[in-house]
Amino acid sequence: MSEATFRIWRGDSKGGGYQDYQTEISPGMVVLDAVHDIQAHQAPDLAVRWNCKAGHCGSCSAEINGSPRLMCMTRLNQVPLDKPITIEPMRSFPLIRDLVTDVSWNYKVKKLIKPFKPRQPDAPDGTWRVDQSDADRVQEFRKCIECFLCQDVCHVLREHHLHDQFIGPRFFVYAAALEMHPLDTENRLDELRQAQGIGYCNITKCCTKVCPESITITDNAIIPLKERVVDEFYDPLTRLFRILRPSSREAR
Amino acid sequence: MAEFETYEHDVLVIGAGGAGLRAAIEASAGGASVGVVSKSLLGKAHTVMAEGGIAASLANVDERDNWKVHFADTMRGGQYVNNPRMAELHAQEAPARVRELEAWGALFDRTKDGKILQRNFGGHAYPRLAHVGDRTGLEMIRTLQDHGIHRGIEFYMECTMLRLLKDGDRIAGAIGYDRERGRFKLFRAAAVILATGGIGRIYKITSNSWEYTGDGLALAYQAGATIQDVEFVQFHPTGMVWPPSVRGVLVTEGVRGEGGILVNKEGRRFMFDDIPPEYKQQTADNPEEGWRYTQGDRNSRRPPELLTRDHVARRIVQQVREGRGSPHGGVFLDIAWIKEKLPNSAEHIKRKLPNMYHQFKQLADIDITQEAMEVGPTTHYAMGGVRVDGDTQMSEVAGLFAAGECAAGLHGANRLGGNSLSDLLVFGKRAGEHAARYAAEHPLGAADTSEAEAATRRALEVFERENGENAYQIQADLQEMMQNLVGIVRRQDEMEQALDRLGELRSRAERVSVTGNREYNPGWHTALDLPNMLVVAEAVTRAAVQRKESRGAHFRDDFPKKDSAFGALNILIRKGPDGRMQVENAPLRPMADELRQIIEEMK
Repeated sequence: MSEATFRIWRGDSKGGGYQDYQTEISPGMVVLDAVHDIQAHQAPDLAVRWNCKAGHCGSCSAEINGSPRLMCMTRLNQVPLDKPITIEPMRSFPLIRDLVTDVSWNYKVKKLIKPFKPRQPDAPDGTWRVDQSDADRVQEFRKCIECFLCQDVCHVLREHHLHDQFIGPRFFVYAAALEMHPLDTENRLDELRQAQGIGYCNITKCCTKVCPESITITDNAIIPLKERVVDEFYDPLTRLFRILRPSSREAR
Repeated sequence: MAEFETYEHDVLVIGAGGAGLRAAIEASAGGASVGVVSKSLLGKAHTVMAEGGIAASLANVDERDNWKVHFADTMRGGQYVNNPRMAELHAQEAPARVRELEAWGALFDRTKDGKILQRNFGGHAYPRLAHVGDRTGLEMIRTLQDHGIHRGIEFYMECTMLRLLKDGDRIAGAIGYDRERGRFKLFRAAAVILATGGIGRIYKITSNSWEYTGDGLALAYQAGATIQDVEFVQFHPTGMVWPPSVRGVLVTEGVRGEGGILVNKEGRRFMFDDIPPEYKQQTADNPEEGWRYTQGDRNSRRPPELLTRDHVARRIVQQVREGRGSPHGGVFLDIAWIKEKLPNSAEHIKRKLPNMYHQFKQLADIDITQEAMEVGPTTHYAMGGVRVDGDTQMSEVAGLFAAGECAAGLHGANRLGGNSLSDLLVFGKRAGEHAARYAAEHPLGAADTSEAEAATRRALEVFERENGENAYQIQADLQEMMQNLVGIVRRQDEMEQALDRLGELRSRAERVSVTGNREYNPGWHTALDLPNMLVVAEAVTRAAVQRKESRGAHFRDDFPKKDSAFGALNILIRKGPDGRMQVENAPLRPMADELRQIIEEMK
């Protein structure tokens, strides 16, 4: 058995600092195991969120050696062990304590996005018919586990703190899942353009790189949404069409 | 005296997994003001871990399916100690609950003609599980969450309840704390729905997260409700066994549904060696037939890997005990072999089982499209829970309801895969509907604040002690003990030893001390979960001692056969007037004649 040093951020909104903990490591161990071990034997009040420990729930987001990652899916053989492994809370959200941040903003943002509104059922028994190929596109977005790592890494939120003008990659994916849902009839493009600030995204693809579910956030969700916004609001033909037939979108 | 923040709702739902969310949506639709408290953040509950699918006889893939077959399958799987009324309602209402999810935005995998696709699963006669790859639970919880946030429901995230409060004989609310600041919150409510999920954390090897400390069972028990069937703990046959850090993490039954086979170290498909008589008719007697079944051949019978979970788990334990296990104490689960059958097998496996592919690749360096996995049983699910009325889900305490895993009755001695997600929907809805109705008919009770004060005082005592016991250590000792003494294979002498050990653990738990303060302090939270875990562990052990037979998930080495006398009863647990745990035998709930007839016809 060998040992490794974990340099963990300890503190709350008033301040804090890094503290080093040494712990034994065993084969296959992930960062969250080390945190649990430290909690059980050295720092019982070390605050951390976790649930499934299998990459399905998206609770244990943190910054490991500076990279936004899930602690439960980061194996120790993926990080150098000859120097301390740094574990910090996500930086885009207010700190509660230690590794736990206040992510409630995300829950408020989601509520602002217009909910799913299906078309009339296709069959008399109230069911719909959907081709698997149409489902595929949306199923990619619905893999999202809401770990908020994409929100954490996005510079519009992280550096510029535009939380009141920009909903972040997670909610562009959410909006895309609704907009591209084969049964949905709602139109969310006006809000995306204005209150939700899709224009602030300058497609640096940082969100796509950190997504633990490998969702192609930028290419498959954000860029198509940007295109739809452009088509809807800036394409002269569409604008003319809208003036002549205000309900044209309802019919598509 | 401790201070509380006070909140008022017609209906308070404790738990925000599938059952809690579905209940909240229904109660809200029924006109009630609804509050939901959840131990974790919204959308993180264990429902998210469900992989295989939702069982419902939609008959989209095989038109021979209908509610009667589903009912008979559920009763057979539960070894006939289920509440037949619940099994009936569940089978009848599951299809409508699945279609409703689609109307709320869930996007299931499709058949060629565009309907909801259904897959095979253990113990189900026909392909019955509506699914989304192997992440059905995520689809379900997200759909309910995204629908629920627009229904005027108040959510209190990261809140844990300590006690239920009563007004005389009826429920009046609950007292708990928030994790963030450690503030006490008192909820006054005319009706309370428990939807707290399972008890897996009382065992060492489990697929359950830290939350599943049996809170609902313990809260109900302390409030005077009855719990039942807790001797039936489901050990899912396929959890990961290597590396040690992921031991217990679930490997979906969907792997076997897609053609995965179980083999021992000699390469033998040992599941063919022992097929229970009641399943002989429905089980393939050669590998070729089993393979055809998994590929949708309607005239083939299912492979023995898809027998019920209790049986498969015990056969795996037997292989390991007899020295035919895999290097790390499990057996091999092989889906890679299908390359002999399918030219594009690697792509096929990745598409059908994407989560499993990534889970093994990332956590165990194993490419499941090329090599076999090592798997062994993991504590997965509690068939037992709060005793409820089959129609309304109300417990024996007026105004207290329970739904989902923390309620008992539907699954009897063993739950079929896929019947959990449908349980959450069917009985979550029923609980919500009846709780709202109850609340409309009964004004808020006067919650007993002395009980609330006592609960908060107990919660704070741990800060006053110094150099006491470490809560994490007691939890670990409890888990180790339950794993060894009240696990998959049980014996009288070991379980009596367990009861002694539980006494010791209880006195150690009274000496716990906690460092730090009340703000997001997991050491404190672990200390506060301990009393619930100890109540539940004692209940499981006492019920397991009482049932002197082997049935479903409950296997006794000293009574290895079924006993028809025990097959006619449920074991009930309640808190006696002297504060001690009482165990009682109760006759099964009566079965309607037409249901009895269905079972006979489908035998």
